[in-house]
Amino acid sequence: MTAVADRRATPSTMVEAAIAALGTVVDPELDEPITDLNFVRSILVDDEGITVHLRLPTSFCSPNFAYLMASDAQDALQQLDDAGLVRVMLDDHHDSDKINAGLAAEAGYLGTFGVEADEGLDDLRATFVRKAHTAAMERCVSDLLARHEVTPDEIGHLTLRDLPPGPKKSALLRRRANVGLSLCPNSLVLVGDDGQPVSPDDAGMRLRFARSVRISMEGNGHFCRGLLATRYADDADCDGRSGPVITDLRTHRSAS
Amino acid sequence: MYEKNGDKYFIVDAHVHLWDARARNLRNIHGKQFIDCFYDYHRNLSPEEQVWDYETYCYYGPERLMRDLFEDGPADHAIFQATILKDFYINGFAQVDKSLELCRSNPDKLTYNHAYDPRDGEEGLEQLRRDAESMHLQGVKLYTAEWHGDSRGYKLDDPWSRRYLEECINLGIKNVHVHKGPTIRPLDRDAFDVADIDKVATDYLDLNFIVEHVGLPRLEDFCWIATQESNVYGGLAVAIPFIHTRPRYFAQIIGELMYWIGEDKILFASDYALWTPQWLVERFVDFQIPEDMSEYAPLTVNQKKKILGLNAAALYPNIKVPDELQIPTDAADPGAEVAAGAKDAVNA
Repeated sequence: MTAVADRRATPSTMVEAAIAALGTVVDPELDEPITDLNFVRSILVDDEGITVHLRLPTSFCSPNFAYLMASDAQDALQQLDDAGLVRVMLDDHHDSDKINAGLAAEAGYLGTFGVEADEGLDDLRATFVRKAHTAAMERCVSDLLARHEVTPDEIGHLTLRDLPPGPKKSALLRRRANVGLSLCPNSLVLVGDDGQPVSPDDAGMRLRFARSVRISMEGNGHFCRGLLATRYADDADCDGRSGPVITDLRTHRSAS
Repeated sequence: MYEKNGDKYFIVDAHVHLWDARARNLRNIHGKQFIDCFYDYHRNLSPEEQVWDYETYCYYGPERLMRDLFEDGPADHAIFQATILKDFYINGFAQVDKSLELCRSNPDKLTYNHAYDPRDGEEGLEQLRRDAESMHLQGVKLYTAEWHGDSRGYKLDDPWSRRYLEECINLGIKNVHVHKGPTIRPLDRDAFDVADIDKVATDYLDLNFIVEHVGLPRLEDFCWIATQESNVYGGLAVAIPFIHTRPRYFAQIIGELMYWIGEDKILFASDYALWTPQWLVERFVDFQIPEDMSEYAPLTVNQKKKILGLNAAALYPNIKVPDELQIPTDAADPGAEVAAGAKDAVNA
């Protein structure tokens, strides 16, 4: 990349659209957008298309998650009108060559990894969508317990209607939608991994384990952020604590 | 031995390395990526005054190890957990011969756990028999994410892995330390999946499975299997340095572990030279669960004594604890009372 980054340039609508598209891509393990995690190193928009470089906290981050994020990013950008040619590249990973070749050829997961891949990543995705729901559920229930608005004996009877509006409830509703659970206000909040109600005897243990899931996911988030910032501390253009380097060389504006 | 406020702690560092990651030992780019990744862990989680320069970090040698662990450091005993990585390093990452030499000169201070790889088949089994005898093995270290020719990882319940575990039982090797790194095959599954530990722990009750890094980044899955299995332990390597950078998160980790697996099954480990034991032990002895985290009980001196050394000593009979430093622990006792969370989980 020879273009010099100019952070003072007013981003074109295409740059803004690209940032918004990348903001819809989530690290499945951490349940946070890759833009918030600073995994996006650079966005270049020119007359040919969009080029995005991603990078992760370590060279040995699990390649299946690395691939998921990179291919989700590519999919999200390709859906933009007037995107042109979309290139997503993963830097500094032990499987960078393999993943980048697969993305460029649009070979898909099986085509990218060959014999190491078996069927697909749907089950893996589902596992982490479920964990993300479990963590969001625990935040809502523990919040009510902490404010003494519910007793431990009552948590199994909580419905969505009982949850006060706010970011925790919104997050739970989005994650319920992701796992295919009802958003009806009369739906029970505390459910098992299978989405079924939990018996009153088991409600305490379910919440207790859900707390472990939440702590684990949050902790991994701390860990990944810290490692990324350490790994790229010497990168003057993008040190792992800030947003991406943005280069806008597009001369034409879309008619839309 | 470490002493604070009149309390004396017998210290076993259950996870140390003597590695060589100098340029001349790198087989390929992955060896470089691996040590750089370690160095980032070290730089990210160490107090500033504890950060080494990169050259020293790549190779520090036996004398420095002895000094950091036993002279400047508080350890009474330390256990090598060999990580070979022969596909990344020409002469291996772990310096096996030098480690064994140190163990032979300091039998009261050092124990050596060798690594095997079940993908070496019959030949590897033969080698394990020879190593068990020549190295007096009581424990092995398994890195399931190790690259091996075309394979980039294995599962503990693979048929060949089972044969090796059965051989461990025959050879009197009781302690299986497992590092669940990101196992690439099968790529469809979560790379850090711990289900294979669950299976082999159930099937081989004669073995103790010490899960290094308490299953991080899958603390929740690790806690869950530890409630189901009486012979699963957790090593604190990589988890404990958070005591400096994120003490509240560390409080949650240790709080969860105390609840799910209990004070008798948690082992202190520095992962030297990722971190040095001195500051970790100092901080841990001084550590307390923050008062506003009322969901967790405060840590007691006796619990800290067990975690810092007495539990590991119970698993390794060659580690002699002076009488005045000993308190009873249920580590190594499969019939022991389980942790509160484990009890609740089983009854739920």
